[in-house]
Amino acid sequence: MSVRSKVIEAIQQIAKEQHVTLPVLSDDLSLHETGFDSLAFAILVARLEDETGVDPFTISEDAAFPATVGDFVRAYENVPA
Amino acid sequence: MSPREIFALRDHLGAELKGRTISDAHDVVSLTDILSHTVLGGRLHELSGRAVLLKLSDQLRSGLAMIELDGIARRMLLCPPDLNPAHLDALIADAGIDAVVTDEPDRWAASGVSLVVTAQLPLQATAPARTERATEWLMLTSGTSGVPKIAGHTLEALTGAIVAEGPSRGPAPVWATFYDIRRYGGLQIFLRAILSGGSLVLSDPHEALADHVARLMARNVSHISGTPSHWRKLLMSGSAAQFAPAYVRLSGEIADQAVLDGLKAAFPHASVGHAYASTEAGVGFAVNDGLEGFPAAYLGNRNGVEMKVVDGSLRIRSARTAHAYIGRNASALTDDDGFVDSGDIVELRGDRYYFVGRRGGIINIGGLKVHPEEIEAVINRHPDVRMSRAKSRKSPITGGIVVADVILAEGTDPARAKEIRDQILALCRAQLASHKVPAVLRFVEALDVTPAGKLARTDA
Repeated sequence: MSVRSKVIEAIQQIAKEQHVTLPVLSDDLSLHETGFDSLAFAILVARLEDETGVDPFTISEDAAFPATVGDFVRAYENVPA
Repeated sequence: MSPREIFALRDHLGAELKGRTISDAHDVVSLTDILSHTVLGGRLHELSGRAVLLKLSDQLRSGLAMIELDGIARRMLLCPPDLNPAHLDALIADAGIDAVVTDEPDRWAASGVSLVVTAQLPLQATAPARTERATEWLMLTSGTSGVPKIAGHTLEALTGAIVAEGPSRGPAPVWATFYDIRRYGGLQIFLRAILSGGSLVLSDPHEALADHVARLMARNVSHISGTPSHWRKLLMSGSAAQFAPAYVRLSGEIADQAVLDGLKAAFPHASVGHAYASTEAGVGFAVNDGLEGFPAAYLGNRNGVEMKVVDGSLRIRSARTAHAYIGRNASALTDDDGFVDSGDIVELRGDRYYFVGRRGGIINIGGLKVHPEEIEAVINRHPDVRMSRAKSRKSPITGGIVVADVILAEGTDPARAKEIRDQILALCRAQLASHKVPAVLRFVEALDVTPAGKLARTDA
């Protein structure tokens, strides 16, 4: 499974659990518009860390938290293996 | 006070009850004629009026030494097996120790302690001693990472709940405990065995659980106590199938409904109950209605134990509490009114109080306080869960999130893991605020339990 599809699947799973109705997840959708609150993002980052072994937001001290869904996915895609 | 009014352990032991024993995995010692025998090589008189450190590698000799020393020594400090040796010097200074009872006399030869007495088996015959004084019992608190605090008790305070309950009916009980008897919970069972006219079967940390249970059955143990973690381990082991104690007690941790129900199912003919006690607060109360928590009506003055809830924590005043912390910089054990603050946080729901966790065990989730125990209690309600542990995990988003490690009941089909995970999370979402619902749930084979029998929470 590609990194992108792992991320999208995790977002959809958490949305289901948190009873969040997601809009279409296009790359330029702002994370704010996903309907996720900070707790939902915290869960997402923790689960992706368990699945992929990386937490791109803790590794790099100066990593800015992404603004859009596309930025978020790229943060995982750009982690050196 | 005239000496006649002082009761020491020896005054509860007589030769009239036959067949009483105290045993561990290696030795069986008769309690019937214990007063005419010595574990101290006949040197008890040298310890008269001394402040004695009881530092032995096994519980059996410790218990026998307690029987001899009570009423003779001025005070005795019980060292549990997991005591960090680095803390000994501070404890010796704080308790004014001037004698040690040990099974490793060589270790103490060059120490500053002037009198070293070796405890040894087999027992030797000796003339019975007479009670001289009320010995102060010093116990160490558990759960702190620094030097443990020393809590001072009297035998009267330690046995207050036992005397209040009165003698057990029927044949003399055979007691056992998963605790070490040098801890408060274990000492209560040791004292019950002495006062009740029964026998005692000691635990051994190096013994496999199945062997321990086989020994409990071989010695016909009828009354047994442990922490909920001890009991969950027993239920998980599958070793309890043939074991049929009449009296099962839990203390030392929160007894949630799941473990109470699990024990009731495993021991359908037993009386299953939980007790609230701590080294400092003494024995508070027992709950025997099979339900977690305790009736709100227990607050106020009940059988000489006064309880109130202030700032969410349970406070206790009674003649069974420790009387002071002992030491050079000892803090006050009670408030000005004599109440001990247990640090155990309770919550009133309907007409019952429920324990939600320790004040010091709170984890912080995005600025909100969470007690891991309240999350575990919900997870443990799932019928396929045997034990769980909630803790915080760092999060770059909220600072922390809740994660939980879960042990499934023996024989659970691994193929059902996903289904069970979804059910547990649904349970949590239905009963807990969203920030308390575990973000990540892991299934594990084992969870660490401390030497004191409590779920390890070092990184909570």
